[in-house]
Amino acid sequence: MIADDDEKWLAAAIAAVKQNAFYMQRAIDSNNLKDALKFSAQMLSELRTSKLSPHKYYELYMRVFNELGTLEIFFKEETGRGCSIAELYELVQHAGNILPRLYLLCTIGSVYIKSKDVTATDILKDLVEMCRAVQHPLRGLFLRSYLAQVTRDKLPSIGSDLEGDGDAHMNALEFVLQNFTEMNKLWVRMQHQGPSREKEKREKERNELRDLVGKNLHVLSQLEGVDLGIYRDTVLPRILEQVVNCKDELAQCYLMDCIIQVFPDDFHLQTLDVLLGACPQLQPSVDIKTVLSGLMERLSNYAASSVEALPNFLQVEAFSKLNYAIGKVVEAQADLPAAASVTLYLFLLKFTLHVYSDRLDYVDQVLGSCVTQLSATGKLCDDKAAKQIVAFLSAPLEKYNNVVTILKLTNYPLVMEYLDRETNKAMAIILVQSVFKNNTHIATADEVDALFELAKGLMKDFDGTIDDEIDEEDFQEEQNLVARLVNKLYIDDPEEMSKIIFTVRKHIVAGGPKRLPLTIPPLVFSALKLIRRLRGGDENPFGDDASATPKRILQLLSETVEVLSDVSAPDLALRLYLQCAQAANNCELETVAYEFFTKAYLLYEEEISDSKAQVTALRLIIGTLQRMRVFNVENRDTLTHKATGYSARLLRKPDQCRAVYECAHLFWADECENLKDGERVVLCLKRAQRIADAVQQMANASRGTSSTGSVSLYVELLNKYLYFLEKGNQQVTGDTIKSLAELIKSETKKVESGAEPFINSTLRYIEFQRQQEDGGMNEKYEKIKMEWFE
Amino acid sequence: MNYLLGAFKPACNISITFSDGKNRKQVPMKKENGQTALVPLFHSQDTISGKVCIEPYQGKKVEHNGVKVELLGQIEMYFDRGNFYDFTSLVRELDVPGEIYERKTYPFEFPTVEMPYETYNGVNVRLRYVLKVTVTRGYAGSILEYQELVVRNYAPLPDINNSIKMEVGIEDCLHIEFEYNKSKYHLKDVILGKIYFLLVRIKMKNMDLEIRRRESTGAGANTHVETETLAKFELMDGTPVRGESIPVRLFLAPYDLTPTHRNINNKFSVKYYLNLVLVDEEDRRYFKQQEITLYRLKEDASS
Repeated sequence: MIADDDEKWLAAAIAAVKQNAFYMQRAIDSNNLKDALKFSAQMLSELRTSKLSPHKYYELYMRVFNELGTLEIFFKEETGRGCSIAELYELVQHAGNILPRLYLLCTIGSVYIKSKDVTATDILKDLVEMCRAVQHPLRGLFLRSYLAQVTRDKLPSIGSDLEGDGDAHMNALEFVLQNFTEMNKLWVRMQHQGPSREKEKREKERNELRDLVGKNLHVLSQLEGVDLGIYRDTVLPRILEQVVNCKDELAQCYLMDCIIQVFPDDFHLQTLDVLLGACPQLQPSVDIKTVLSGLMERLSNYAASSVEALPNFLQVEAFSKLNYAIGKVVEAQADLPAAASVTLYLFLLKFTLHVYSDRLDYVDQVLGSCVTQLSATGKLCDDKAAKQIVAFLSAPLEKYNNVVTILKLTNYPLVMEYLDRETNKAMAIILVQSVFKNNTHIATADEVDALFELAKGLMKDFDGTIDDEIDEEDFQEEQNLVARLVNKLYIDDPEEMSKIIFTVRKHIVAGGPKRLPLTIPPLVFSALKLIRRLRGGDENPFGDDASATPKRILQLLSETVEVLSDVSAPDLALRLYLQCAQAANNCELETVAYEFFTKAYLLYEEEISDSKAQVTALRLIIGTLQRMRVFNVENRDTLTHKATGYSARLLRKPDQCRAVYECAHLFWADECENLKDGERVVLCLKRAQRIADAVQQMANASRGTSSTGSVSLYVELLNKYLYFLEKGNQQVTGDTIKSLAELIKSETKKVESGAEPFINSTLRYIEFQRQQEDGGMNEKYEKIKMEWFE
Repeated sequence: MNYLLGAFKPACNISITFSDGKNRKQVPMKKENGQTALVPLFHSQDTISGKVCIEPYQGKKVEHNGVKVELLGQIEMYFDRGNFYDFTSLVRELDVPGEIYERKTYPFEFPTVEMPYETYNGVNVRLRYVLKVTVTRGYAGSILEYQELVVRNYAPLPDINNSIKMEVGIEDCLHIEFEYNKSKYHLKDVILGKIYFLLVRIKMKNMDLEIRRRESTGAGANTHVETETLAKFELMDGTPVRGESIPVRLFLAPYDLTPTHRNINNKFSVKYYLNLVLVDEEDRRYFKQQEITLYRLKEDASS
């Protein structure tokens, strides 16, 4: 409805403008000055309207503006025809209404300046002063905008031919400044026009007009002769005075931004304290972070774009000034949301990283300031702040691409303290990923300690609470990162490496039951790798008290793995024990190895109850034990005996059978002469065969169900016999093998066993070995000639 | 018959010419019938000289009891129309009684005539200077001819010319201080000034400066006062804030002004006032009137 009226009024006004412009044009064509003035004044009277919204008023203004161009040319011609320009200047002031009078005055004024009859200064001063007469915000704003527009290319400056005297450019400056000040006042005042319920709409409209005011600053920046000195002593203080004094949020915000964007970087740098000094004086509602971040971003770009500029930054102590200013702002605006203050620090940090990339202390200082700020607000909870702080903490990382550098920042962990759990974890992930991405080499235990301290969001649960909602897959992924990190830690110095391992352990064991099974294995293997190296590098150069002895490391591992058994991961613990035992074996530490075995056995007995798991575990035990060379006879017997015993006590007969025949290996180490107890090998095999028999019987008893098992057991046994036969075990006789073969043969006849391929390939193997000419293998196989094979 | 007819016509044609008529400046003057005519301009102490030419119509003779030319300064009140008050009356006898048969020219001269008042055309009063030629005849009435003159007198630059400065206001509502640079202006002058707003609690629409002329005629109980607004000049658009100062620059040239006349011959006075008017958004008017003195400055000295 209102919009409709708006349209209508605009249309009417435009029609009137058109009509008067037409008459004006006609008067101009016939060189009728009096009529030209009359109709131009009538045309300009349309701008006196109060009915239009700023938007529509602008439209109307543009129409009139175009027409005034013709008038200006006419005035110029008129002066060429001998009409004194001074007379014209007076003549237009006879107009009774102020607004047309001043528009005309500005128009003729611009011609006057061009004519050089008077100094531009006088005219400019007069115009800007006379324009005070329009106090209506909207109309005044447009009038002054017109003034700025028509004088823009006529401002005297150094070297311009319009220069009257030495001070001319200063006067021009004064002119623009004054016009700016007045325009801003009018603009600010605009918010109070009309009823308060339409305030919001008005502010929106007002915002649309802001460029009219801002254009003045642009003109100032383009003004020749404005050097740093003038800018510092005159321009900036004057602008800031106006900005601060207008006490208007919209204006302050926009104008600060304008200042920052319009003037050269170098000026900002050299006047940083002045500019920053104004910030805390702004209205509390001003979005100061946008302003300051704009500034810092600009300075950052400046620093990035030119190397020569960098010394200037140092010279003016840009950093400390900015840091101080931000502190002040934060202090002044008590209710600044955390997100905003963090953003401020983020930009400061970015700036610092750009400009002072070698000054870690500065970076640390920023972090420190941020900590101070955060300590006032407490933990960050809202998403926005969290996002900002992640960006904040990531910034140095992106800059240096090196976690180690970050670790030198003492305040970094303090900032991390203020993150909530999710954010902290996210940040930890970023940190760790950076290690991989940049292939960072972490060289000392202290660094490792610091890194793990930082990444503790990944390492353990916060405050002891366990989040049930964690996505399992994500969790695995996170812990995978930790594992990768542990694996990545590697340095040549074994002493330091062992320290690293100790450090890592310290952090990892606190991880809780969910993490430990995932994080301990890499630690263990990393340690084992070190042990291998220690053993490889001949003797221990550190003496006994050094930490990097295999024994001590194994000791540590023992404790570590024990933790694992507490958290119901016995299978894993068992495997790791066995690995450790093997390492101990390689280091010829018998007692240690024995200890590990003991632990493994205990675990087997007490924790592993699932029969399938038992089978697997037992296999591992047997396999490992077989390779142990460090034990004396007694210890070995004990362990072997125990293992055999376990084998016999497995639940399922086939499992028993297999375990027992595998135990046979425990008595026969190929490369070790004193470990070739052929008798006990055969004993084991025999025992296995008995169990197989039992299986067979059970199978016969319940024919049709699980009938095939035993035959393949027999074949497996046969293969074992063949193995030991080949190895030269004298106790393996042809008879034993033959009888077993007979048995297999008869059993296969009885029932379709499904083991035929296995049997056939075994037979083919025997045949093949018999054919061998050299190596004495054929001799060994002579013993087991049997007609079944024919 | 001819004779009789001739009785209804003027018997002769009288014309008055000034000896420096070609060079003398002429100014437009509004006549009673509303038309403007160009009239020669004189100043006090000027010598008014010229010729009176009497030309009888063809074949006529003018019998007369004497010819005279008078210079009259008259004040005429419109409410007392037809009654002139002559404050100046100079007479030159041009001819002794006799007869004029043919064109006859009489030179005349009023040397350095004192003409203290300016020609003035007001609402209720007018002051005029006129040359009156009378051909006196015993019967048939005298033959008269008039020639208007315009008299303008230049005033010297005033010795004292203070500015007008004043603070006015409505309590807790509006306080302003205004300043005009002079109290005496010549007719082509420009009024410069400033209006300071010390307190503004009303919403203003605009502010005008008016030039008002107050013409008072008569004396005592019969005084008539007539006020005209001769100029209405907008000074400000919109509402200023406290501390704002609005410039005043009003050129007097375009307006039809006269010098201030104080108590001309105890008959009338013409005074000028500057009236500052503030109009608020409810169209209420707040105003303050200040008298200014207008004077006529010699043209070439005014610049």
